[in-house]
Amino acid sequence: MKVRILINLKPGVLDPQGRAVHHSLEGLGFEGVEDVRIGRMIELDVADNTSDAALDDMCQKLLANMVIENYAIEKLDQVEPA
Amino acid sequence: MAFKSAVITFPGSNCDRDMAVALEQISGTAPIRVWHGDSGLPDGLDFIALPGGFSYGDYLRSGAMAANSPVMRSVAAAAAKGVPVLGVCNGFQILTESGLLPGTLMRNTSQNYICRTVPLKVEHTGTVFTGAYEAGETINIPIAHHDGNYFADEDTLDELEGEGRVVFRYFEPVNGSQRDIAGITNAAGNVLGMMPHPERAIEQAHGGSDGKRLFENAIAALVSA
Repeated sequence: MKVRILINLKPGVLDPQGRAVHHSLEGLGFEGVEDVRIGRMIELDVADNTSDAALDDMCQKLLANMVIENYAIEKLDQVEPA
Repeated sequence: MAFKSAVITFPGSNCDRDMAVALEQISGTAPIRVWHGDSGLPDGLDFIALPGGFSYGDYLRSGAMAANSPVMRSVAAAAAKGVPVLGVCNGFQILTESGLLPGTLMRNTSQNYICRTVPLKVEHTGTVFTGAYEAGETINIPIAHHDGNYFADEDTLDELEGEGRVVFRYFEPVNGSQRDIAGITNAAGNVLGMMPHPERAIEQAHGGSDGKRLFENAIAALVSA
């Protein structure tokens, strides 16, 4: 089973990297960009019987830092036909 | 009684030798060098140091991989028993990632790697690390980091301040750290994480020796204990 973990900064946590990219987009002349927040995407290939609880545990213990980040889990095989 | 300390080296640590030299010069006894994959620590340690560097190439997040290496379970067990643990720079990042200290260290708000000597205010002297300083004293210690921007939620920050656990503070915004925090301890006071490098300020040839008293105090307190 392929699983995609999307990790982003919690609202309110300053994202200096996103701010720098925002400035660059404006510098390139793109208008109407209100905000840029940069996160991380991790793809896992795990056994089909991997439980949701185990995936949560992986995110909370290592993949995300719960002090500053939120995560979302997408099971790709269930949303995309093979 | 000889001072028995350990310096832990992770793949990508680069201040481990500086830390070992500082501990040996000041205590007279060379620290035991421990590799990250070692499952245990030597018995009867008086002091554990997690050095600076870029463990695991800062993969995932600074300190995140090292925090989950086998030796850190032994470090956590020793810390729970009251053994002093000093984490400097990447060592501080490892301590927050492992949960031994609250909060986390984010990218500097300037996006720049900052390498210079900065003045620090010693806020609290009631720890084994800071007992040789005067409360409110200004000391000059080098910093060298890209991810030194201390972040924790407001409740955690208030708790740290209220319990006297913010022991070192910058005099001015340096890297975006909330409340200009440079170093904090755990609730018991035996685990200190700090971004500045005291091991790089132990003799005049370094440009200053304000870091020396941190080690001297810890060693004197522990050897006489």
